[in-house]
Amino acid sequence: MNQTPIYTEFHSRWYRRRTSTYWWLRRPSYLAFILRELSSLFVAWFVIFTLVQIQALSQGAEGYQRFQDWSKQPVVLIVNLIALFFVVFHAITWFKLAPQAMVIRLHGKRVPAAWIAGSNYVVWALASALVAWIILGG
Amino acid sequence: MAKKSLEPFLWTLFSAGGVLAALLIPIHLFLFGLAVPLGWAHPSYEHLLSLLRHPATQGYFFVLCTLALFHSAHRFRYTLYDGLQIKHLNEVINVLCYGGAIVGSVWTVYLLWRIP
Amino acid sequence: MSDTIILHVARYRPEIETEPTFQEYQTPCRKDWVVLDALNYIKDKVDGTLSYRWSCRMGICGSCGMTVNGEPKLTCAAFLTDYAPGPVRVEPLRNFPIVRDLVIEMSDFMRKLVQVKPWLIRAEEKPLSEGEYLQTPEELDEYKQFSMCINCMLCYAACPVYGLEPHFIGPAALALAQRYNLDSRDQGGRERMELLSDHTGIWGCTFVGECTKACPKSVDPAAAIQRYKLKAALEWFKSFLMPRGTS
Repeated sequence: MNQTPIYTEFHSRWYRRRTSTYWWLRRPSYLAFILRELSSLFVAWFVIFTLVQIQALSQGAEGYQRFQDWSKQPVVLIVNLIALFFVVFHAITWFKLAPQAMVIRLHGKRVPAAWIAGSNYVVWALASALVAWIILGG
Repeated sequence: MAKKSLEPFLWTLFSAGGVLAALLIPIHLFLFGLAVPLGWAHPSYEHLLSLLRHPATQGYFFVLCTLALFHSAHRFRYTLYDGLQIKHLNEVINVLCYGGAIVGSVWTVYLLWRIP
Repeated sequence: MSDTIILHVARYRPEIETEPTFQEYQTPCRKDWVVLDALNYIKDKVDGTLSYRWSCRMGICGSCGMTVNGEPKLTCAAFLTDYAPGPVRVEPLRNFPIVRDLVIEMSDFMRKLVQVKPWLIRAEEKPLSEGEYLQTPEELDEYKQFSMCINCMLCYAACPVYGLEPHFIGPAALALAQRYNLDSRDQGGRERMELLSDHTGIWGCTFVGECTKACPKSVDPAAAIQRYKLKAALEWFKSFLMPRGTS
């Protein structure tokens, strides 16, 4: 057998399909993937929103009042609602995929994927409760 | 040795930022994006400012904001590659995505520095 | 009649047409028949010009992968009754050039398969007299899942990254590389690393996860790739701590 097979990248008689620009509309799972990836925009939005808030807090009580009035505008509320949906979607998909990316062993046995995913949710709940307690409590 | 690729480093930032974003951003966004503006919660200005003056809070926001930005930049870069099939523009995309994350990180440091 | 089913089969005859068309066939729909049985029925009784690949009929050879109702499937494992009342759309695997009808061109995959060196690499073979290389059940467990691949290429058909970027090494080849990297008898990890950690290797993958869903052998290529990313990242940091020692 020939050691290096002759490979022609363009064979006149082969039919080649080009992937459509809208390939992510072809299957629900592709669409879910692209929505998951688009959550990155809303993560960036959160950072900007938070930085604006930190800046307002540094500008005194009056400056913070202006920020609060701005954040009560329907447009900002709607953007934040959509952003919340996307970041929660990011969190759920991230926790779901985490067990695939890492293998954890306990006493030489592989920890089942459901345990890893489950413990992610426990940490999520604890972290959220802690953040809420610090911000609202005290 | 071959030229070192930055990809493993950027991926590490992406992953670390992804974990933090998943664990922490939903509650922050819920509280300050919805709960406070809609009047469900009323943390006082003085309380928030005293929290923000604490070095631990500043460290927390520095880590959260910068890693979230690099997470977002890395993911959005691949979304542009795949979703719009514009990989041939990859140099422009890289500069815009990671450049944006760097600018945002510098802005974060500046704002945290200026807290009275 | 309820005991027949309609198949819409993609045809591409380069000598008479410039792009694929669909042809409709009616075949019996028996409870124990798979899509491949229906294709064989067509070939034998209805239209001998239909071309497709198949061999073992039992999910081992990996030749009969096609797109059935939009999903990459082994046609020997896709029961007709699951698609009743039909019609069933049978197309060649996506993301590959089509040679004829349902036959795709696979030499791109074959080349990539060799590139990742999917065999045991030893720095030095020990003499036969010292016996075999022993392995514990735990060491076997480490890579066994990734060794079940039958090279059916369903994962390539499911992977949008491969569709968009034909230079991407792709799920099956990366998983097979990882199969050998994780084998306690193998010492070729460093040799494979340069190719695998290229932007056409693991970093091309965006963890869509479709390869894992498509795999008929539960290989989970997506997991193999992500785990390798983690390892490559650790190596990257290590190379700063020990710039000389590692390469």
